[in-house]
Order: sequence, then structure tokens, then C-alpha cells
Amino acid sequence: MGVVEVAGVGMHPFGRHPDTSTTDMGVVAVRAALAEAEVGRGGFQAAFCGTAYGGVACGHKVLGALGMTGMPIVDVEAGCASGGAALQLAASAISSGQHDCVVVFGVEKMPRGIIRSSFFDPWQEEAGLAATPGYFALRAMRLMHTSGVTKDHLAAVVVKNRRHGAENPDAMFRSEVTAAEVLESRLVCEPLHLWMLCSPNEGAAAVVLRAGTGTGVRLASAVLRSHLPGSVLSESTPMSGLTDDAVVPPTTLAARDAFQESGLGPEDLDVVECQDTDAARELLSYEELGLCPAGGSAELLESGATTLGGRLPVNPSGGLLSKGEPLGASALGQVVELVRQLRDECGSRQVPGARTALSHTVGRGANAGVVVLQR
Amino acid sequence: MPVRHGLFVEGPPPALVCGRCGTCAKVHFPRALLCPYCSADTVDEVHVRGPGTLWAFTAVTAPPPGYAGDVPYGFGVVELPEGVRVVARITESDPAALSLDESMELVVVALHTDELGRSVVTYAFAPGS
Ligand SMILES: [Zn+2]
Repeated sequence: MGVVEVAGVGMHPFGRHPDTSTTDMGVVAVRAALAEAEVGRGGFQAAFCGTAYGGVACGHKVLGALGMTGMPIVDVEAGCASGGAALQLAASAISSGQHDCVVVFGVEKMPRGIIRSSFFDPWQEEAGLAATPGYFALRAMRLMHTSGVTKDHLAAVVVKNRRHGAENPDAMFRSEVTAAEVLESRLVCEPLHLWMLCSPNEGAAAVVLRAGTGTGVRLASAVLRSHLPGSVLSESTPMSGLTDDAVVPPTTLAARDAFQESGLGPEDLDVVECQDTDAARELLSYEELGLCPAGGSAELLESGATTLGGRLPVNPSGGLLSKGEPLGASALGQVVELVRQLRDECGSRQVPGARTALSHTVGRGANAGVVVLQR
Repeated sequence: MPVRHGLFVEGPPPALVCGRCGTCAKVHFPRALLCPYCSADTVDEVHVRGPGTLWAFTAVTAPPPGYAGDVPYGFGVVELPEGVRVVARITESDPAALSLDESMELVVVALHTDELGRSVVTYAFAPGS
């Protein structure tokens, strides 16, 4: 397998941009990544675009606007992990020797509020069972029941990520919050309050990959996995599951594969960006990624390890809780942050000396994506 | 009228229309043509009546997309003796009035009135008496 190098990254800030089209946001991100990589027209042989709401030929529209078409352009939909899925395809195209240089990007323009998803059947919507934050709340409740996690811990995750996000110019929310303010925000679905949930929004992120020489930032692994059946609260959102709790979640499947492929383990990581769709999801991800033992997420958070300045900062970008979640762009937004961390470009939110990084997304499908980067 | 045919029987007593695999014996809901756990095509229809126990619960406070009924409403997972956990509405919309592992009865509840004036109903679980 050939070495895959990250040659350039680019972003269109995540936020609400009513006067900017999906295509125009994609153009901003892709141009920036190509400029960093010093790659121009004809310099890449394939493109992969992650999007969930971008519509037909979303990637073609972006590259068409750039005047750079003719190569294969593949649009990829995998829910919250769409960008991760696109990256996985792009990395395979390089490591297999099929291509020397490829562009991968994610774009999204989400409506405000609870995401309407064609995933649900009409009867599920009519019965009130398409309540996405309700499923998050049920998952949060089970986490609280099976571990020492309390509502105070959920608030503490928000406080941590918003503190990190205050230092990130590409984030939507750039103000710190207190635990009391989080707990006073509107109750959406007990135990989740409004500020514990990420906001669907808009943005774009892009990465240029090329066959590498081993210098610079290397993509050590990019894995996408789906769910195994059986868990009633799986991101696959089934209407039923088994009473057997031993079903391995897709995040763990993807993490195991990524660690095996890269020859690394959780103990080797310096910085992590993980799915914080809601505050409990971040804590659950600690467990599912193997950052802590089962039931140990509250203790890991309380130790300060996952705060900037700690042993293993998680979501130094501010996470989705600060950036918002443009579905197709969110996974690559994490990768852009981690590449900048590994290049020591993050200023006041820099994780000193970071050499090994992991990004994680999980969502509807179920899809889980894990990416390991090293320099 | 039911929110979808084939999900439940109204009774009384009401029951969920589930599938039980003739090969691996696992039970799933709604009933599917193939077993979601082992892909076998030997699925038998079984009617599951409960009672069950409450495994997770919350309340939905804002109407989700495509929903025309009242808020808040209870939302949770009930574990049934057949070895299956089912996502369902809960008739109690105050989480403080519910507790894990309490006994839950299967009921049929009205959701809203459709454009032809018919009451649309669905399955739900109610705290047991
Ligand atoms: Zn079976």
C-alpha cells in the first residue's frame, strides 16, 4: 500500500450564509486546498464530494464552477459520515496506485432546526417517531444509567467545547458559556438542553491527497463501517432491537480497523476530533473509540485530559457544538483542523507537539468513519 | 385508522405485529420479509402483547418534521419478554413521572385527525396500573 499524504486543506467557515450558494462554499474550500497543495487544472485525476442535502451532481457543480472537470467526480452520501466516506474512497484511490493526486471535499447547506430526513418513512414522521433529538436523548439516558455520567457532565462537555471554539475563526459560536447557562437553555428532550445539541448549518471543507514521500502529514488510515443489527439505539435508527447488549457499535468497528491498519492504538493519540452531535455523544465516543474503559467517560472528562492543555485534547476546534454541523462537510472539517494541528498552525488552540491525530464521525445509516493522521 | 397497516392489531387487547425467525428464533418489529439478524426467509408472524418494562424514556417538546399531533409527548424504548426492545410513544409526557424498569402496557392512541376527518391511531405504551 502506498503512502497517502495530505498536500493541502481548505475551509469555508461553518455558519449561516444565506447569500452564498452550496456551490460557492465548495469553490472557496476546494480553491484553498488546491492552492496550499500547489495543484492546478489537470493536476488531479479524480474528485470525491461528500454531501447529504446538496442534491444531484453537487460535486460536479463545484468543479464546474472552478472550470476543472473531465476527471471522474463521485458524489458520496453517508449521513454525518459523508465526508469520511468520500475521504476513504479518495485514500484508496491513492494507496492502490490508481491515481497520484485527488481532491476530496464536503459541502452542505442545512435548514435550521430538527433535520428532516428522507431516511424516515411517512408513518414514522406522522407517529412522532422521526424525533432525531429524542433518539439522542434516549442514548444519553442509557449512558447516564450505565456509567457515572450526570447532566453536569453533559454541561461540562459543552463548556469545554465552546471554550475551544472561542479560539477558532471557522466556528459558528465563538463565545464561552457557563455550565449554569447550558442547564438553563431550553429543555429539548430530557436530559438534553438546546445548547447540548449541535446546530445544523452550512459550510464546506476540502482536502487534497497525493501519493506521498513520507514527509508532511500522512493519512495513516481512513475507515468507514456500517452497523451490525441488534442495538435498538443504533444510529441505524431501527424500530426494534435485541435485549442483547453485546452488539459492537459501528464506531468501535471503524476504530479497531483504523488502529489495525495504522499500527497505532488509543495510547498513541495526541489529539482527537470526535462526533459531538450532542454532549452525550462525545462521552459515548470516548468509550466506543477506546479512549477510556467502558463506563469511564465521566472520569476522563473530569480529569481534564480532554480539555486543551490536557493529555488528550478532544475537539480543540470547538467540535460540532461550536462549529455547527453541515453534514457533508463536518467530517472533513475535523480533518482540516487536525492537519492544521499536526502542522502547528492553530495558534491559541494549538495542541503542543501533536504528532498523531484521530477524527471520528458517526450518524444515520448507520455510518461511522475514523481517520488517523500522523506527521 | 392505523398510521400504517400491518404494524399492530387494535384488539382489544392490542398487539404488535412482529416477526420471529424460524432459523435463529430472534424477534423483530415491524415484521419484515427476511430476518434482519440472519437473513433467513423463514419469518413467522407473531403478535406481541406485553406487558413490557421501560428501558429508556424522554419527552419530545417540539414537533418533529411531519408530525401534526400534540407536544410534549413521551418517547421511549420498552423491553418485551420475547427478547425484543421496541421504540414507541409513551403516554406519559412528563419524564419525572416515569422510572426505568416500570411495567408498561401496550395501548392504541389517537395521533391526529386526517383531512377526511378520520382519527389516525398508533401503538404506544402506558405505565401499568
Ligand atoms: Zn434469523
